[in-house]
Amino acid sequence: MKSLRTYAILYLIFLYAPIALLPIFAFNDATIIAFPLTGFTTQWFTELPQIPALIDSVKNSLYIAVITAILSTLLGICAARAAAKYSFRFKRPIMGFIMVPLVLPEIIVAVSLLVILLQLGLSLGAWTVIMGHVLICTPFCIAILNSAFQNLDPAMEEAAIDLGETPWSTFRLVTLPLVSPAIISALLISFTISLDEFIIAFFLTGTEPTLPVYLWSQLRFPARIPVVMALGTILVAGSILLLILAEMMRRRGLRRAGLQDKGGFL
Amino acid sequence: MGAPLAILNTENKKGLALISAPLGYVIAMLAVPLAAILLISFWTQDFQTFDTTPTLNNYREAVTDPLYRELLFRSIRIAGLVTLVTVLLAFPIAYFISFHVAPSRKSLWLFLITIPFWTSYLIRVFLWKVILGFNGVLNSGLQTVGIIDEPLTFILYNANAVVITLAHAFAPFAILPIFVALEKIDRSLLEASQDLGESKLSTFFRVTLPLAMPGVVAAVLIVFIPTIGDYVTPRLVGGPDGLMIANMIQVQFLRLNNAPMGATLAVIAMLSVSLIALLFVALNRRYLRGSR
Amino acid sequence: MTALIDLKNVNKYYGDYHALRGINLEIAQGEFFSLLGPSGCGKTTLLRTIAGFEAPSDGTLHIAGADMNGVPANARPTNMVFQSYAIFPHLSVAENVGFGLRKAQMSKQEKMKSVEEALDMVGLKGFRGRAAHALSGGQRQRVALARALILKPKVLLLDEPLSALDKKLREQMQSELRRLQRQVGITFILVTHDQEEALIMSDRVAVMFEGEIAQLADPQTLYKRPVTRKVGDFIGVMNFLPATVKDAAAIDLDVAGLGAVTIAEDQAPSGITPGAAEVGIRPEMMSILFEGEPDRGQITQATIKDRAYYGDMTYYDVDIEDAPKPITISMKNMIGRPVLEVGDTARVSWDARSLVLFSA
Ligand SMILES: Nc1ncnc2c1ncn2[C@@H]1O[C@H](COP(=O)(O)OP(=O)(O)O)[C@@H](O)[C@H]1O
Ligand SMILES: [Mg+2]
Repeated sequence: MKSLRTYAILYLIFLYAPIALLPIFAFNDATIIAFPLTGFTTQWFTELPQIPALIDSVKNSLYIAVITAILSTLLGICAARAAAKYSFRFKRPIMGFIMVPLVLPEIIVAVSLLVILLQLGLSLGAWTVIMGHVLICTPFCIAILNSAFQNLDPAMEEAAIDLGETPWSTFRLVTLPLVSPAIISALLISFTISLDEFIIAFFLTGTEPTLPVYLWSQLRFPARIPVVMALGTILVAGSILLLILAEMMRRRGLRRAGLQDKGGFL
Repeated sequence: MGAPLAILNTENKKGLALISAPLGYVIAMLAVPLAAILLISFWTQDFQTFDTTPTLNNYREAVTDPLYRELLFRSIRIAGLVTLVTVLLAFPIAYFISFHVAPSRKSLWLFLITIPFWTSYLIRVFLWKVILGFNGVLNSGLQTVGIIDEPLTFILYNANAVVITLAHAFAPFAILPIFVALEKIDRSLLEASQDLGESKLSTFFRVTLPLAMPGVVAAVLIVFIPTIGDYVTPRLVGGPDGLMIANMIQVQFLRLNNAPMGATLAVIAMLSVSLIALLFVALNRRYLRGSR
Repeated sequence: MTALIDLKNVNKYYGDYHALRGINLEIAQGEFFSLLGPSGCGKTTLLRTIAGFEAPSDGTLHIAGADMNGVPANARPTNMVFQSYAIFPHLSVAENVGFGLRKAQMSKQEKMKSVEEALDMVGLKGFRGRAAHALSGGQRQRVALARALILKPKVLLLDEPLSALDKKLREQMQSELRRLQRQVGITFILVTHDQEEALIMSDRVAVMFEGEIAQLADPQTLYKRPVTRKVGDFIGVMNFLPATVKDAAAIDLDVAGLGAVTIAEDQAPSGITPGAAEVGIRPEMMSILFEGEPDRGQITQATIKDRAYYGDMTYYDVDIEDAPKPITISMKNMIGRPVLEVGDTARVSWDARSLVLFSA
């Protein structure tokens, strides 16, 4: 099985090659992205805060990502709770339908939303991007929250009721603490997805671009590439940080529930 | 039979009440817009407004115009190729993690595999352009080392580049479902097969692979469907020969201001994807039976 | 005096499935009561109906004289020990045990004192600070008990509380539970599928099959005088022999292999008619006569067909003339008693008082 392990390692290299190059060229002082490297500089990073359009797009993206994370996690909680606790008519088709945005090509989501928004005469802006992002983030949140709600022994809630709590105080005192790691994990994941999402934002953003849309506009100018690299480095580092946090939360949730770790997200 | 269904009904109601928020959202933000797209595809653009007389003209144009036809077939071809490459590359990894990684380290491997997926898609695609370009990292690197004299040109601004980039982007989507299917396989089945005289290799083909098929089918669908509608990759690394249907949809909507034609192309793309997906599932029906 | 718990004609449907069929049950204050039956017979459903987690489809339930219709689980004077124990994993042992005291009109010190007492009562002194997920199975069970008893309910409901424990620990907990029940004087209703457990622990047992109570009696009556063949078969081991009722008034029988017997009224179901019936007898109620041992009234010739040696006991399957199949007899191994071999002949002694008659 040596060869399989070698293959696995080569595959990891393939997976990480692009992101690994990012910091290398972000700190290289040449304006063209090619080997050999010419010298070390932090110039590209120091330029970043001096681009007002960039700062605005970051602010815009953060705003969108925070609201998207909250809304899609709330919707995810409703769906995961309903799926785990109740049996109702058409449960399978309904749950399947809610997960559809996970596989639908994003361009389809984007243009169909665009058409309806324009038909309704709504102007494009942060909120229209949020509408689209919530749509694609909710299935991810459901996937994460589902296992947490499913792992919750129904006897836990019944025990609390049995000991005199109301359904609401049971939710607050028992259910919420037990699923909170998954909730935090869902918040972080949807935040990350929204922050990175390009197509929907590209179609639905108004005059204020999100960060990926701003980046897209910069890719046409070769002179801007090193700065983009620097920005990319920060973004990737930030994403990885959030992911590690989300993963830690997920594991803590499993430990709390006294369960075996069976795999990652999704 | 007079069995009081009151309890069942309250359970039904509570469940439906909870699910109504996400369901309503998907209906409002997806089903209704998709219906609108379908409707508009039968309309005609009349300068700034729509001519709402229903017509099949857009569809006629879409299937007869060689440009649209070529784009659609190319999209299907590229998506198919991407799916094939991605799943073929992914299977050994899923197999490795499931069968040869200690249980305590499995989630670490899965985590390692999902990390790149969560980092900015745009930047990852752009980096492939940087890697594969004429003066790119790969060519400059190989030239510096002296393996090649002339830059390789077959790796950027064509379909190959699109395939490489998308195979990279969709890797975890392919690995995870296969991994889940492999994890579900009762290990004693494999021992039973060997006990009955099969070699390791024939055990793999007669037991492991058939049992992993539900995961493979899921992986194929989950890669193929979104890939066909990808916009960024063909645009950045595809060159003129690597453009796909999504690029044309974007052009129709945002450049040519011909929403009905864009809608028609979107509908056709969705129909083709659904058709191919259904066909694929039907072909693999025997593997999917009893897998729930 | 009225019963503490009173169920009248309780039915429960899950859709079309009839899970509880006309349950009538009265349980007295201070009783240790068991619901015994095979898996799926509706024991848990009945228990959860009393707790308030399931509403009866029809019929009434009174606890301490109060109609429980519409009273939610959190307002009933019952507490439950769940099969999975349902120990809150995010709380400490003390927080788990004190969970139900949140809204009680007590000072913090009083609450702490009462948690201490409850832990002491279940033998977990000094465990208060322990994290819930760091407990063993037996300890979880004790925490679940303390958590339920601290509220001094009128009824404690236990759903197969011992089934997750290994044999040694289970036996230990059986006697501890019994002791605890006597100590607190609360009515316990225990659900179990283990007939031995039900017999050992209970004052009275209700045997359930398919949503119905088949027999409700104290352990001895249940074992000695099962009312149907099914109950006799479910509890312990019983031999069944075809029989003919010759005289229904005097209860004269002709039993295959055993011959003509007359039994007393308490050994037969009411309303018997002449004709085909069945007779049951327990393996230990027949014995192989060894040298110098007194007989028990009746003697029948037999041949050893099969034998299983258990150390302290030996089980023999013996062929008796006219009996359609072998009869199982259990013998305690004692000084002076040899273990017989297959093929040996033996004299089997039995007492007509040990027979139970079932209608065919
Ligand atoms: N919520 C429910 N919905 C439908 N059927 C149920 C439900 N709960 C229990 N049942 C059915 O009722 C029967 C009795 O169940 P239960 O009371 O749990 O049995 P026991 O505890 O004796 O094993 C079983 O056949 C079970 O399948
Ligand atoms: Mg049960």
